[in-house]
Amino acid sequence: MKIALRFALALIIAVALAACKSKPVEEPAPVEDTAPPATETADTRGAPDPRDYTDARNFDNPESLLSKRVIYFDFDKSTVRPEFRDVIAAHAAYMASSASARVTLEGHADERGTREYNLGLGERRGNAVSGLLSAQGARGNQTNVVSYGEERPVCRVSDEDCWAGNRRVEIVYTAR
Amino acid sequence: MTKPTRLLAALVFVLGFFAQAAQAQLEIEIVSGNPSAFPIAIVPFAWEDPDPEPIDTVSQIVSNDLYRSGLFKPMAEADMVDRPRDAEGIRFGTWRLLKVDYIVIGSVRPSPNGMGHDINYQLFDVHSQERLLSQITTVGEGDLRFGAHRVADAIYEALTGVPGAFSTRIAYITSTGEGDDSLYELVVADADGFGPQSIVGSPEPLLSPSWSPDGRKLAYVSFEKGNSEIYIQDVATGAREIISSGQGINGAPSFSPDGTQLAMTLSRTGNPEVFVTDLATGKQSQLTNHWAIDTEPAWSPDGRTIYFTSDRGGKPQIYGISARGGTPQRVTLQGDYNARASVAPDGRKIAVAQGRGNEYRIAVWDLDTERFTVLTPGTLDESPSFAPNGSMVLYATRQGGRGVLSAVSADGNVRQRLVLSDGDVREPAWSPVIR
Repeated sequence: MKIALRFALALIIAVALAACKSKPVEEPAPVEDTAPPATETADTRGAPDPRDYTDARNFDNPESLLSKRVIYFDFDKSTVRPEFRDVIAAHAAYMASSASARVTLEGHADERGTREYNLGLGERRGNAVSGLLSAQGARGNQTNVVSYGEERPVCRVSDEDCWAGNRRVEIVYTAR
Repeated sequence: MTKPTRLLAALVFVLGFFAQAAQAQLEIEIVSGNPSAFPIAIVPFAWEDPDPEPIDTVSQIVSNDLYRSGLFKPMAEADMVDRPRDAEGIRFGTWRLLKVDYIVIGSVRPSPNGMGHDINYQLFDVHSQERLLSQITTVGEGDLRFGAHRVADAIYEALTGVPGAFSTRIAYITSTGEGDDSLYELVVADADGFGPQSIVGSPEPLLSPSWSPDGRKLAYVSFEKGNSEIYIQDVATGAREIISSGQGINGAPSFSPDGTQLAMTLSRTGNPEVFVTDLATGKQSQLTNHWAIDTEPAWSPDGRTIYFTSDRGGKPQIYGISARGGTPQRVTLQGDYNARASVAPDGRKIAVAQGRGNEYRIAVWDLDTERFTVLTPGTLDESPSFAPNGSMVLYATRQGGRGVLSAVSADGNVRQRLVLSDGDVREPAWSPVIR
């Protein structure tokens, strides 16, 4: 009985492990997308104006601020740095134009400091972006903040470059 | 991707303690020792069972426990010229010449009722030839390791006056794989790292395990549904209940010393505040009310004070507040960054993760002298957890790019590493003494 039970449990774990491996891809779009510029022969008649932030095609247009969806922060800070204000303004404009748009603001911290404090810090960063989006036209029901603290790093090396990349808020559209 | 696969992808497995996980063994390595440790000889116990003796013998487990405490220097078996089996056979003069202060002899035989074993042992002071301890520890089938830890507890108490904590358990979180292959597990193991058993597994982060005072339950945080939620799970059966899943953070659970209340961090009011929930009635009270991050509550042993981390002064520091509410008082008065308090069983010392620049170390704040003692070398040490007898502090650190657990004696003199061969190990929580 005991052996059978162990075997059954081992099987459950094996299934769970296998299932994890096939988890759907939910990676955010790359931030610094360095796609080559459109060639001369490309059909550009329908190309979106990169500064038209109401055009959903700009989410995949590396020329447009809408393609940038990660905001970075200084250590133990939740103040949005000036260089990211335009990115947030672009998303606020899109959200104002599309009532159905919904975003989850995923707040993150680097590995320094304690995990639960970093959960608080990630939330504070998410709230800072949420506040700016709202101030520029997004409705309250369009944004949702989730903090992952230091639990989901994009880089796992203990140095300043890596930490800087992990201190972030990811703007994840759950509906456009 | 097909729908059934998606459903499976979200599967969280919750298991009772009897489930054996595919888990690498923790190995223990002493990184610094104590030159003034007591020399003691644990003579191999006579094995009086027709069944073969386990590879890890009772006397070796006792010897390893005492060694790990930092207070003892057990003699290697190979150096023992003599293996007495009873008191009459001990040639005290010889042991004195070998510079041994204490000697332990014993035997292991099947219990008279046919189930399990009786460990019969005696402890002598080599100099006075006095018998300090003579006991029989009876253990059930398959519990010899536990029995050996009980023997070590008794010897430790007889010689130091402080109850041993070798027969306790530790809980911790492991993380293996990256991205879509991520697997987080809540693991419970013996205090020496043996017998790790996964009690929860999830593709999403798990954190902040906290023991109930009877050692039967663990509260923890799980992101399995996308946002943080607090669960309480029965360690033996795997049965669990959800305690909090509101908007925002549901984090940092901590049982009150009498087990009737759970302190936690909730941010449903807009930013993290410390709350206390009565587990019988579900009645909740908000303890802190400040725009700062207030989190990581930890109870004083008398249940009267809750210590927590707050950056209300600009940087994270430990504050204390009456468990019934009131005005928080700042506790840690030195250092830039002091967080995640673990209160010593005597209630007079608080271990914290202390940050200075990019270095994080475990430091202990003495409430009486109002001074810090730094216990660890860094550089990314966190999550301190006092042993239930106050003798050691278990903590998480990084080594070679991955998370490992270490333990340091409360005086900082002896440090040991518990290494997992694969993945990250983090957030240790030392169980109370399980009676």
